[in-house]
Amino acid sequence: MTDYYNFGLRRLKKSRRNSGIPLHFFIPTLPNPAPSNNRSLFPYSPANQSVTVRRPFPLSHGTTTLGFIFQGGVIAAADTRASAGGLVACPEVHKITPIHSHLVVTSSGSGADCMLWERILTREIRLYQLRHRRCLSIRGTAKLLSFMLHPFKGTEVCVALTLCGWDKDAGNTDCTKMSEDLSSTTDDSSSAVCSSQDVTAMAHSASPSSGPKLIYVCSDGARLQGDIFSVGSGSPYAYGVLDRDLRWSLSKEEAISLAREAVFRATHRDAYSGNNVDLFHVTAQGWSQRKREDLKEEYYRDMKRKTNIVEG
Amino acid sequence: MEYLIGIQGPDFVLVAADNVAASSIIQMKHDYDKMFKLSEKILLLCVGEAGDTVQFAEYIQKNVQLYKMRNGYELSPSAAANFTRKNLADYLRSRTPYHVNLLLAGYDDADGPGLYYMDYLSSLAKAPFAAHGYGAFLTLSILDRHYRPDLTRDEALDLLKKCVEELRKRFILNLHSFTVRLIDKEGIHDLEKLTAGAK
Repeated sequence: MTDYYNFGLRRLKKSRRNSGIPLHFFIPTLPNPAPSNNRSLFPYSPANQSVTVRRPFPLSHGTTTLGFIFQGGVIAAADTRASAGGLVACPEVHKITPIHSHLVVTSSGSGADCMLWERILTREIRLYQLRHRRCLSIRGTAKLLSFMLHPFKGTEVCVALTLCGWDKDAGNTDCTKMSEDLSSTTDDSSSAVCSSQDVTAMAHSASPSSGPKLIYVCSDGARLQGDIFSVGSGSPYAYGVLDRDLRWSLSKEEAISLAREAVFRATHRDAYSGNNVDLFHVTAQGWSQRKREDLKEEYYRDMKRKTNIVEG
Repeated sequence: MEYLIGIQGPDFVLVAADNVAASSIIQMKHDYDKMFKLSEKILLLCVGEAGDTVQFAEYIQKNVQLYKMRNGYELSPSAAANFTRKNLADYLRSRTPYHVNLLLAGYDDADGPGLYYMDYLSSLAKAPFAAHGYGAFLTLSILDRHYRPDLTRDEALDLLKKCVEELRKRFILNLHSFTVRLIDKEGIHDLEKLTAGAK
């Protein structure tokens, strides 16, 4: 079987780490390219620790993203604020990106790095699907991403992605590309999902290889599979809400409302998160997206709830 | 932050590791397994920097399996430990060293049980008992005091429980649960997890 990814191809001296990576994108030449013998063989190589391009402004990583698994599939939620130091660089960013029909990824860390690596991941998954005529499993996707990020460990690449997806059974090999799939983006938040009835009927699959999956991959090299993850500067606040109320048996509406509340509480306390909340729901039928909601509304609802409690 | 411990008996090795996967102040996972099965009778326990642990441990794991495929028989624990140390040493003075602390525990049909302590500077020592992490400061003296070369399995498990008890009492971090495994001539056995509340 041909080695598409060059993982072991180049023969390295034992003292150098293998950085055979599948990607062949252009890296601009650094101001002082360090003379290194074998490196010229590779299509590219990550920046040497001693050489960096000077940054125009300090990077900072503010966000709140979360994902959790429950009986009805996987919920992924994130705020929409991109901050650069104390400035809100953009109030309407998409931090949750679909990769294919059954996988969305929430991003946190440096915005540019996340965008790039999401595109790279989408491309590699599509290439895998074309070459091998089946969808790569979520665990395989996470491992591929982790191995692609590994050579950049120690550089300033900062990417923390949570892969939220549904693995289909081995028999079902069809995994339609994102643009062609039947998952609907909704314009009416109340009729969000395509098939909630099917989802509630479908129990959590006993087979370890199929069913909902949630995997956290970070540019440090961490790769963790679990049932609930929250990432970003607002994540401690989100964990506070989620850890208390999350249960396997939540209904879909309860789960969405819990995710929304967790993001709201985090954005309330964390200066670097805010504006709107994006919510995605992944089931065996694919992902579906809810209309983006302004958290200002949630804040007014919460204020009203509190005044009602005080008065009533 | 993380904790590994190994105790060698006359015909077994008992190892335990905590189950926390943390990222700065947050516990991201409470049930993370830090033990990697190198072969039927060898376990590698690995802690250290976030990505380095899994990368390095899986690299060693796959190479040990490759050796078995090529040569038809498995590496002994001593050979596996020395192979691991050599790899750590080779990377140590490269631009990308692995920052990992390891315990390798195994049972050799010829030489019996063995516990090997390795750290990120690629030192290697075969030891009757060993521990890694801040918790080691609290528990090594307990092991020094109560260890005997002829411990039975139950006595070794009690010694392990004493160590975990001490961590619960004095260690500033909450290490809620520990995976425990035992290696003997029959292979690797999973024992019951030690959790808070259980004695």
